[in-house]
Amino acid sequence: MIAILDYGSGNLRSAQRAFASTGEDVIVTSDHRTAVEAQGLVVPGVGAFASCMQGLLTINGDSIIRERLALERPTLGICVGMQILFESGTESSLSYPHGGLGIGIWAGTVNRMLAPVLPHMGWNTTTSSHGSTLFKGVENESFYFVHSYAATRSAGQKQAWSDYDQKFLAAVEDGAICATQFHPEKSGKAGLKLIENWIGSL
Amino acid sequence: MTLSIRIIPCLDVTDGRVVKGINFTNLQDAGDPVELAALYDSEGADELTFLDISASSSDREITLDIVGKTADKVFIPLTVGGGIRSVEDVDRLLRAGADKVSISTAAVARPELISEIADKFGSQVLVLSVDARRANTDSGFEITTHGGRQSARMDMVTWVQRACALGVGEILLNSMDADGTRSGYDIAMIASARAVATVPLIASGGAGNLEDFEAALEAGADALLAASVFHFGIHRIGQVKSHLKAAGYPIREASIQ
Repeated sequence: MIAILDYGSGNLRSAQRAFASTGEDVIVTSDHRTAVEAQGLVVPGVGAFASCMQGLLTINGDSIIRERLALERPTLGICVGMQILFESGTESSLSYPHGGLGIGIWAGTVNRMLAPVLPHMGWNTTTSSHGSTLFKGVENESFYFVHSYAATRSAGQKQAWSDYDQKFLAAVEDGAICATQFHPEKSGKAGLKLIENWIGSL
Repeated sequence: MTLSIRIIPCLDVTDGRVVKGINFTNLQDAGDPVELAALYDSEGADELTFLDISASSSDREITLDIVGKTADKVFIPLTVGGGIRSVEDVDRLLRAGADKVSISTAAVARPELISEIADKFGSQVLVLSVDARRANTDSGFEITTHGGRQSARMDMVTWVQRACALGVGEILLNSMDADGTRSGYDIAMIASARAVATVPLIASGGAGNLEDFEAALEAGADALLAASVFHFGIHRIGQVKSHLKAAGYPIREASIQ
């Protein structure tokens, strides 16, 4: 069973539909125990880093993610759900008491990208590490991105990189915890294949 | 690694059917929205836009149902516009399965709506549809409302600058003069908007020949929206993409089936 973490962020129904299309049982939940126990947990996220983090803290989502990490249970962050796994983010950070701190699984700050036209919106390709689990069979496909902030320092064991006026992290695979800056649930057949790859690794 | 240009078929929906007219009148039936959406997805559309042109709220319920049915089987971004006046309207559409919403008339009447929606759901969810036509204003283009029937007495460039500052995620620049005519995008209008827009720009209105798509990209568009050329089978999406690839523009080519 796959759980999609509901903390008031993201088009959860899109994610639910895409993950369920693989034939898996998928539930959308904010319940601590359900989220910790699930075979796989998806952490979506849209909007600003700081407001997502605030929503996550409200349901103690940070401890859900840390508990799963300690138990080596697979977790997949998507878009801002990837960004909040880093130490900090500068987007809207001054509007919240946590001051832009993230969960801090990976070192580094998620900063605004340098391109003159933002958000980076649309289909872009990635270069993934040799032996990637997520990108198996979709190494040369395009995925759908929509974001103005990105991590630019390497993190985790395997990385996929993309480029929009600057090189940035498109995905990270780090043992039980994986994340994509793009939206696999909106990336057509390539995205569904990546989701299947993740589910196949659970 | 290059960001691809996007080809976006637009489906004008009323009473549960896709329709298309010229300059927003003389509507002709163009098919079933869910079937057309799936067809365009299979042909390589990079996103889909539904524009709800229903007159009544009961028709709007039908559109919500169509959005949900489409989102169940099409896993590419889906934008829905038409009749959105509040944060609550946006919430309903996102829950139904839309990924983005587009607003027009309501934002002209009350520009703060842009920041209200962006604050609640993020800029990336919000496409501002700028419905403009040639007129005697500073930029030579004025804003219209109510599907092009009324002048908003506002300069297009001024509005684009203001909307970017208020937090829109994307601008859909629609030429009311060219809409449905297949006589080409309004290239001067695209260039004027590009000069000031800090967000992605989608060109709309007038696509006819394959060269028209190329000209809009040359003028600075990031994405190309078209309706009648696709609905009436004048061009297939693959043809447009092949043409643009040959012209040197990056396109998405999905090889996985």
